[in-house]
Amino acid sequence: MRREMKKPVLVVGPMHPLQEEMECFHLTVDGEKVTDIDMRISYNHRGIEGISETLQFDQVPFLVSRVCGICSASHPLAYVQAVEEIAGVTPPDRALYVRTIINELERIHSHALWVGLAGHFIGYDTVFMWAWKYREPVLDLLEEITGNRNNYGNVKVGGCREDIPDELIPKMLKDLDEIEKKMDMLIKAVLDDPIIHARLKGVGILSKEDAIRYAVAGPTARGSGLAIDVRRDDPYAAYDDLDWNVITRPEGDVFAKAVVRLLEILESIKIIRQAAKKLPDGPVAIQVKEIPPGEGTGRAEAPRGETFHYVRSDGGNRPVRHKVRAPSFVNVPSFKASCIGSDIADVTITLAAVDPCYSCTERLAVVESKDHKVICDGEELIKLSREKTARLRGSKG
Amino acid sequence: MSWKMLALKKSPWVFHVNTGACNNCDIEIVNCLTPKFDVERFGIKLVGSPRHADALLVTGAVTRQALPRLREVYLQIPKPCVVFVIGACACGTGIFHTGYHIEGPVDKVIREIDPEAIIAYVPGCPPKPEAIISGVLQALSIL
Amino acid sequence: MNQQELNNKLAQIKDRLIDIEQKASNRIFLLCEAQNNFDVNKFLFEDVGARFVIATGIDGEDCFEVLYHYSYDQTGCMITIKAFIRDREQPKIQSIAPFLPGAEWIEREIHDLFGIDFPGHPDMRRLILADDWPQGVYPLRKDTSRTKPPTSAFVPGKACGQLGRTIEGVESSREVKE
Repeated sequence: MRREMKKPVLVVGPMHPLQEEMECFHLTVDGEKVTDIDMRISYNHRGIEGISETLQFDQVPFLVSRVCGICSASHPLAYVQAVEEIAGVTPPDRALYVRTIINELERIHSHALWVGLAGHFIGYDTVFMWAWKYREPVLDLLEEITGNRNNYGNVKVGGCREDIPDELIPKMLKDLDEIEKKMDMLIKAVLDDPIIHARLKGVGILSKEDAIRYAVAGPTARGSGLAIDVRRDDPYAAYDDLDWNVITRPEGDVFAKAVVRLLEILESIKIIRQAAKKLPDGPVAIQVKEIPPGEGTGRAEAPRGETFHYVRSDGGNRPVRHKVRAPSFVNVPSFKASCIGSDIADVTITLAAVDPCYSCTERLAVVESKDHKVICDGEELIKLSREKTARLRGSKG
Repeated sequence: MSWKMLALKKSPWVFHVNTGACNNCDIEIVNCLTPKFDVERFGIKLVGSPRHADALLVTGAVTRQALPRLREVYLQIPKPCVVFVIGACACGTGIFHTGYHIEGPVDKVIREIDPEAIIAYVPGCPPKPEAIISGVLQALSIL
Repeated sequence: MNQQELNNKLAQIKDRLIDIEQKASNRIFLLCEAQNNFDVNKFLFEDVGARFVIATGIDGEDCFEVLYHYSYDQTGCMITIKAFIRDREQPKIQSIAPFLPGAEWIEREIHDLFGIDFPGHPDMRRLILADDWPQGVYPLRKDTSRTKPPTSAFVPGKACGQLGRTIEGVESSREVKE
């Protein structure tokens, strides 16, 4: 995107109450179609890689679990896997299963959160309220196991900080049955609705070639036909001991990504049930005294995609370099491929389809490319999106 | 107490600002709207513009890029207004205090432009929705 | 390809590399100098068909390093290219964004944090540091001072509405009324 001439742009302040992150998009349009899109980030840059170099190895998991509130189990897991690779240690089997259970519970509530937000953007506030209500039992279960609804602080180098008591397992399985019933109902309600089909099918298509060129990961990639999943490709925790499927869809549109996420909720419940029944006995952590010089990489499949951490150590007790890559960093720039050419009314849902760590479609400003007038801001774009749904509903009767 | 303050206490409309948080506190705030916690029974509503708000909910250790925007939003809210500072990062920068891009905490940033600002703190990482509702209502009851 | 075939394929590019380190059966490091980096990256992305993960900039002991991480998903192997930039005064390395758009943002970020130049990059603008962060101060370099640079003075009305300066060369048109 090169700008030869100066164009007036309106940067809007924090607008919609449901889009929390401060990020600023600029769309250039021609009539109803988007011709260019650009983004300013920096509002959320906290310098975590710099802070990591001032902390000790065992303090860093607490820092990285706060990189993102909703992937707060995947980041520390990827980090401790990187450090365990440097130290050459393997945690005990029970720790691997506990890590699996917590990560999958997080996947369930994160996908349910996304479903709710997507529903809100296209005007289905009931879906929003239901999805967020039915994710509460998952958060309560996590609170019983780890002590907190988010930011569990449960992994450490060498295993887990806390065990799941055996008395809790029957209750957990019973709660999962209830959760599965409600999630099943929600999934059927969303997938069977003809208006949602009309609204989401064919929208924001990311082709398989673009998915490879933009190096996307997670449901964004699996919804475009790229069958990549770190849990299967480079197994960690207990995933290679359990029986589950990788969900892929070839279409590449927003509906495909929604289907991938919804069906993954059911797969996650399947994984947790197996892990809970096969939970081995034994200690839940080993002592790791020193981290020798070296470098290691750790990966985990967060709800949004592959989380990657690289750690380099020089034998001291702090990392010399710690690189954090969240999946949204590669997923969000793919909007260049999926948004250009689509309607303005579809922009909010296309941007939300990559599930950018909360939903960063606030701060949208639309600039008319011919006469340089600003047409509408973030809230109006959501209104446009909902109006399109209403029109489709009217035409379907 | 002034009649404006009395009116504010009954059904405060809040405007939410994220100044560089991990989104946990923001998700818990939005959770307050959902059926399990249902904050609308107190008349509390999230509004889309600072001009309509009675109270400001701020999360996040203020990043350098977000710093002038937070001050701008504070100036746009009609006074008197209450600033609720939610979460450990906003109350005192939390775990990010050595960051090179962090300019918080929120009360320092706001007091620099308005020493008379009314600020209430709800700590936690993240504070549970019950804690947020309880903190907000307790603060309003003593104003 | 299975892992043995992958190892054989990687040996084809050996003439551009200083060394191939195999830290584990599925962790391979390819060491090369900065001038060969573009060819090695192109080989991995196009010929081997590995997936780009991310790039890491490091301020090493005596030189800068840029690590390009790739994942070969058929075997779960992580292949990392370690490119050494020996010139500390004006570090630069050829950008891979022309054939890999997924690397555009990370190269902008490394430029912001380390000051490494990427000739050939289509759009080198500031990405993650604030608008008023001073030019030439690179936070993740080892010799950068730990004192934070002072922020710019707050001018009411200038912040939100007019900050169309987020994109260079673009002006804003609306005054925020106070």
